[in-house]
Amino acid sequence: MDALEGRVGQSLQAIAAAATLEALDAERVAVIGKSGFVTEQLKQLGKLPGDERKAAGERINAAKDSVLAAIAARRAALEDLALEARLGADRVDVTLPGRRAGRGSLHPVTRAMERICDIFARLGYERADGPEIEDDWHNFEALNFPPDHPARTMHDTFWFGDGRLLRTHTSPVQIRAMSRQAPPIRIIAPGKVYRSDSDQTHSPMFHQVEGLLVDETSSFADLKGTLSAFIRAFFERDFEMRLRPSFFPFTEPSAEVDIGWTGDDGSTRWLEVLGCGMVHPNVLRNCGIDPERCSGFAFGLGVERFAMLRYGVRDLRAFFENDLRFLRQFA
Amino acid sequence: MKFSENWLRELVDIPVDGAALVRKLTMSGLEVEEAVVLGAGLDGIVVGEIVSAERHPDADKLQVCRVDIGRGEPLQIVCGAPNARVGLKAPLATIGTTVGALTIKAAKLRGVESSGMLCSARELGLDADAGGLLELSADAVPGQALAAHLGLPDTMIELGLTPNRPDCLGLRGLAREVAAEFGTKTHLPAEELVPATHDGVLAVRLDAPRDCPLYCGRLLRGLDSNASSPAWLVERLRRSGLRPISALVDVTNYVMIETGQPLHAFDAGRVEGSIVVRRAAAGERLALLDERVVELADDVLVIADERKALALAGIMGGFESRVTTTTTDVFLEAAHFAPAAIGGRARRLGLHTDASHRFERGVDADLPRLAIERATALLLAIAGGSAGRVVEAVAAQYIPQRAPVRLRRARLERILGVSIDDAEVMRILAAIGAGAAATEQGWAITPPAARFDLAIEEDLIEEVARLHGYDNIPSRAPRGEISPPPVPEGRVAIAAMRDQLVARDYAEAITYAFVGGDLLETWGLTDGGIALANPISAELAVMRTSLLPGLVAALAANLARQQERVRLFEIGRRYIAGDPSPVETRRIAGVATGPAVATQWSEPARALDFFDIKGDVESLLALAGAASDDVAFRAGGPAWLHPGRSATVLRGEVVLGHVGALAPRLQKALDLGVDVYAFDLDVDGLAARTLPVAAALSRFPSVRRDLSFTLPATVAWAEVEEALRAAVGPLLVDVFVFDQYLGPNLGEGVKSLATGLILQDGSRTLTDQDADRCVALAVAALQTGYKAKLRG
Repeated sequence: MDALEGRVGQSLQAIAAAATLEALDAERVAVIGKSGFVTEQLKQLGKLPGDERKAAGERINAAKDSVLAAIAARRAALEDLALEARLGADRVDVTLPGRRAGRGSLHPVTRAMERICDIFARLGYERADGPEIEDDWHNFEALNFPPDHPARTMHDTFWFGDGRLLRTHTSPVQIRAMSRQAPPIRIIAPGKVYRSDSDQTHSPMFHQVEGLLVDETSSFADLKGTLSAFIRAFFERDFEMRLRPSFFPFTEPSAEVDIGWTGDDGSTRWLEVLGCGMVHPNVLRNCGIDPERCSGFAFGLGVERFAMLRYGVRDLRAFFENDLRFLRQFA
Repeated sequence: MKFSENWLRELVDIPVDGAALVRKLTMSGLEVEEAVVLGAGLDGIVVGEIVSAERHPDADKLQVCRVDIGRGEPLQIVCGAPNARVGLKAPLATIGTTVGALTIKAAKLRGVESSGMLCSARELGLDADAGGLLELSADAVPGQALAAHLGLPDTMIELGLTPNRPDCLGLRGLAREVAAEFGTKTHLPAEELVPATHDGVLAVRLDAPRDCPLYCGRLLRGLDSNASSPAWLVERLRRSGLRPISALVDVTNYVMIETGQPLHAFDAGRVEGSIVVRRAAAGERLALLDERVVELADDVLVIADERKALALAGIMGGFESRVTTTTTDVFLEAAHFAPAAIGGRARRLGLHTDASHRFERGVDADLPRLAIERATALLLAIAGGSAGRVVEAVAAQYIPQRAPVRLRRARLERILGVSIDDAEVMRILAAIGAGAAATEQGWAITPPAARFDLAIEEDLIEEVARLHGYDNIPSRAPRGEISPPPVPEGRVAIAAMRDQLVARDYAEAITYAFVGGDLLETWGLTDGGIALANPISAELAVMRTSLLPGLVAALAANLARQQERVRLFEIGRRYIAGDPSPVETRRIAGVATGPAVATQWSEPARALDFFDIKGDVESLLALAGAASDDVAFRAGGPAWLHPGRSATVLRGEVVLGHVGALAPRLQKALDLGVDVYAFDLDVDGLAARTLPVAAALSRFPSVRRDLSFTLPATVAWAEVEEALRAAVGPLLVDVFVFDQYLGPNLGEGVKSLATGLILQDGSRTLTDQDADRCVALAVAALQTGYKAKLRG
């Protein structure tokens, strides 16, 4: 064993023992730096006889390579250790809540109303709209409620001094749509309606959605099919559904629609969910549509009713109290 | 319409039990609102007659009665009812009987033996309101089972009749309907004619024959006005929801329920001369049966004599001519009044009576003759006396005539969507008593006189569908041509606005569209307010002129419920008086109070400020994309906002709305106790947007230069920004402020701004010299325009 081997062995030990990158670098300088051991050896090569020079050069370079390889390996190991240490220190409590901007909520009436309109939009019904402060013609007369007709007493009406009124149903939108456009007509009209009635089960303001279809072929059978498709789509469930003869001045035949609702206690009872019928010929004529050529159906439903059934709301008044604890449940 | 099931069963064959009857009625369009079983569990309750009654020796309020129950010795009963008296016949629960939850045992009351209990209608579950012993009629036989005497058990059925079925407001009509539903037969009482036994008459003159084309009157003499109605009649009235009053009144009510024809009995002694049916003179006054005096308009029909009005025709009798306990001679009226002559009048006078309810909807013109005979027969049987002949005044040309109505086979199928056999159509028409003649296309139908609702072809189609059964009409899945309408991309959907605010932690509220006039006054928002003529309360009396008063009230209610941080929004209309019609505008409004962000570990607690709410507004404006580039916030707003912390939002020259802190004075008036920020914007104004037009991207790098300077604090950022853009020109592609500082070290009225300028050219790379030149232009503009001083 000569001096080179001894020095290399010593250097490899020092490299293995280096605890820091600085110590490692010092060892590198000591071996291959400007005046390092190996550098010095190489400088001496020229003094050797020609036939020994090649072998000696190879030996010195091999020693150099082994030292450099050891340094690189030790450096990687030290860097890994440093990274490990940093990762430990960087650790966060991932169970702490994220930075919160918060999220509000949609009113359940809006939610139900949008859902209803969306379903009918897929059936090709376009949204329509009309004023809430209406005149007698659109709210009553054109809908076949003559003045002083007893059917008017079914609508407790808010009046203004000039004879205008707050619409008692969304049906006036039918009149506006039919007066504006020619059949075929398919509209869905959501909105606020008003009745001068206020108690546990009546609000002076509530929401309805009105649907109207007028074309040259539609019948009571189409009305039935449309409503049962809608009920199934809205509740995502099949219901027993029945149509019961009823009376609205603006439709004939008229019907109330009941669904067989299963309550929390497992019992099933009939719940009235909407009113409907074939558009009355007087109404068509009032809008300039020939009832011999065209027929159609209309339906109206109470949005709060649907929201109550869909979301388990038990008290109608909750919709208008705007209690955040209630509203926030509909995020 | 309330009625006794037992009574109906006497008039028509009903092949099913009560529950099935109720179902059938409901499914035929005669919705049963209530069915109350009466007199179930009356076993052991018998008719008792009090034969003696003495004061209890040890109790003031008790009597010791001896009660005859038709067998053995009278029973000794201790009774506390004030109406217990000798001769009274009342229900007696014998020992061992169950009354409600109570089982009757022999007992001693205050030391006196009692072997049973005398009962009230309430205790027997017959009438929830009736206290005191149930007073049975004189024809009750002691010992008879009470159920047998009263015709119990029975069910009181209440129908919620729709206005098109006045024919079912009498049991005769209802029996016909039920017979049609079940295909069975009616057994209506035979129409009997009561011959005249005296020749007294009151002449009748029809001065308004269009309103009253038929009037039957009859003079009855020598009636015993103190006669009591028999038990069966009293019970039937009770089960029809009517209170027994006196035999004379009870009979008219009974005949009304039975036939559907309202009648009226006048005290003949109060009538001067003949009867005149006429319109009231405007302003004419009449004291009504309920003792109110009403002033009449000239479209109200009255029954008068030659001197004065006696009654409101078809609505209510008069006080003067009413039947009293001293009345012996009665003038009985059964008339046909046209619905158009009665409709709305009662309501205007604040009245709604059994008579007006029927006449408004229409009563069969064939009924007056039938009803007056029926009432006469009953009155003579119950109260004695004698009858004159029926006087009839008729204006035949105004009596409703039923013209045949066509029913076309093809039309029937077209409307219902199903073909119904001719035989089934004929069966249905026959069942309702309509005449049908075959025609080329279908039938010519003559509807029964009582069915005013069958006047046009659609009425008949509905009738066929109803009795055929809606359940038997098939259901056809939705179909039709699919032609999607253009989807308006040039407008921001309202749903997107809603979602935006929800994403920014606002809860959607829905408040009433009407508010208190006082509240609008407090806000200074009374201009254009439209008041309701008949509000339900002062708090809901005027249409809102802004969404904010109601929304802030909802916020305040939440603060009162211990919510510290409240953020609400609403999308809805406001209503402003206008010519020719009110203007309804859709608005989007929000209110917020409390910490800027919910309390959390990662964010410092900070109170909400103007820039939070402005940020919310800007996020809405951003929905319109490039179309919101010309939006400006101009300092100041309406009086309900804080003058220094409010802005008017403009798009071009159009005011979209306002945003800011509520005015301190308003906050105080509303007793809010916290700072509230609000915005109120026009939905349609917000919604307008243009389609994006993609611009070419610059391939050359941009340069950022920062500029810090001081300038007078009164100079608005918007002015600085505009000055910078004007000075530098199109190379300035973006400019932003990243710091604002106001502090004592700067001096009074001075602020410092730090801005970033992004410079870029679309056709070349900018050199340092280019950038320096731009900055020099910017600095010069700020120095000359705003006395700005460059810092650092």
